[in-house]
Amino acid sequence: MNFDVSIIEKYGPLILSGLPMVLFISAVSAVFGFLIGLLAVFLRGRNKVLKTIVNGYIDLIRGTPVYVQLIFFYLGLPGLFPGFNPPEVLSCIIVFSINSGAYLSEILRAGVEGIDRGQIEAAKALGVSKSDIARHIIFPLALRNVLPAVMNEFITLTKETSIVSVIGVADMMYRYNNVSASTYSTFEPLLVIFIAYYILNVILSQIGRFIERKLSYA
Amino acid sequence: MLKVEHLYKEYNENVKVLFDVNFTFEDGKTYAIIGSSGGGKSTFIRCLNMLEVPTSGTIELDGVKVNDPKTNLEDIRAKMGMVFQNFNLFEHMNALDNVTFALRKVKKMSKEDADMKGKELLEQVGLGHRFDAYPHQMSGGEKQRCAIARALAMDPEVLLFDEPTSALDPEMTSEVLKVLQSLSHQGLTMIVVTHEMNFAKEVADEVIYMDKGNIVEHSPAKEFFEHPKTKRAQEFLANMI
Repeated sequence: MNFDVSIIEKYGPLILSGLPMVLFISAVSAVFGFLIGLLAVFLRGRNKVLKTIVNGYIDLIRGTPVYVQLIFFYLGLPGLFPGFNPPEVLSCIIVFSINSGAYLSEILRAGVEGIDRGQIEAAKALGVSKSDIARHIIFPLALRNVLPAVMNEFITLTKETSIVSVIGVADMMYRYNNVSASTYSTFEPLLVIFIAYYILNVILSQIGRFIERKLSYA
Repeated sequence: MLKVEHLYKEYNENVKVLFDVNFTFEDGKTYAIIGSSGGGKSTFIRCLNMLEVPTSGTIELDGVKVNDPKTNLEDIRAKMGMVFQNFNLFEHMNALDNVTFALRKVKKMSKEDADMKGKELLEQVGLGHRFDAYPHQMSGGEKQRCAIARALAMDPEVLLFDEPTSALDPEMTSEVLKVLQSLSHQGLTMIVVTHEMNFAKEVADEVIYMDKGNIVEHSPAKEFFEHPKTKRAQEFLANMI
């Protein structure tokens, strides 16, 4: 066995310096992804044309790997439009937002469909406007229905961002490439990344459970 | 005055739920709508505030046509409260917020004013100690009383009750019926779909007997129970005992 703890001591901090990038891309994409997901649910209910467009978007995103989507956006589109040269981090945020938006819209739609219609009828019967019903009745109830699935999507998103080094964004995997190239070690730096992701997602799921408890009242 | 003329409701060729219903509800009176299940009672009352859209006919509240696309339905609904069989309280709000929600959003009342009014109403229905309770923490009777307070908050002219006690056990039924009784003859028009014959007999001014999508008979409550005119009503009452 070949385990050199000094590599972790020496290069661990360098690898972990990629963690803020992971958090940044994940968090920003989660926020925009959520907004895109909400918008998609809203547009889907408007009319048939919008429904077809939104369904096409969801199918396209779900039918292709996010790895391919990222390279397609960053390298493929500039091949078609030579003037289009999106910055790396921005490309990641755009691709991951659009990607998680598709998954989140499906989750949120299920949440809306799972709402007890009686509460919507009660609000209607009180003369509450459609937009107030959407904001104060449908949205909170739908979110509460599917909160575990939403948190799960955020965790998946965080894990999927580990591909961003493919376009040169300096996350932890990018640091690993640097470290292993100069030290020829693979196990030790990867172990650091392994543990870092694991702890990150344990924290995320704990936050999710905490919010669930807050919202369940039971 | 709530006036219904030639009201039809059909889901398709074969499912005709309401068939030429005509009735005028006078202000301030309490009406009990009774009849066997599937007779169209609930559909009828749900058409009155357009939770079900009538196929044809007219519904008029104080001269304003309710089922007219040009009418602001939200204004009409604010004047017609509704209480449901399954309470339909907003699960994510406590009792007070359930009652004040429409005051804040529809009547644009300040939170302080809405809370003051909400607390008064909850006290009126015997929930003065339950302001902070969430629906899942309340008994069925408490939920229904809270739902009544919520409907009353809008100061409606008409209050529709769609089988308000059908989901309750006898003890809770009586606590809800007491609230209904205390509300009747306070100037509010109450229309109550119910299976509680004693309530219909003792509290309602007028009984409307519906069967097969139509009003078969309507008469003052006492008269209806003592001398039902039609054969169908006689049979219905005979089966109730």
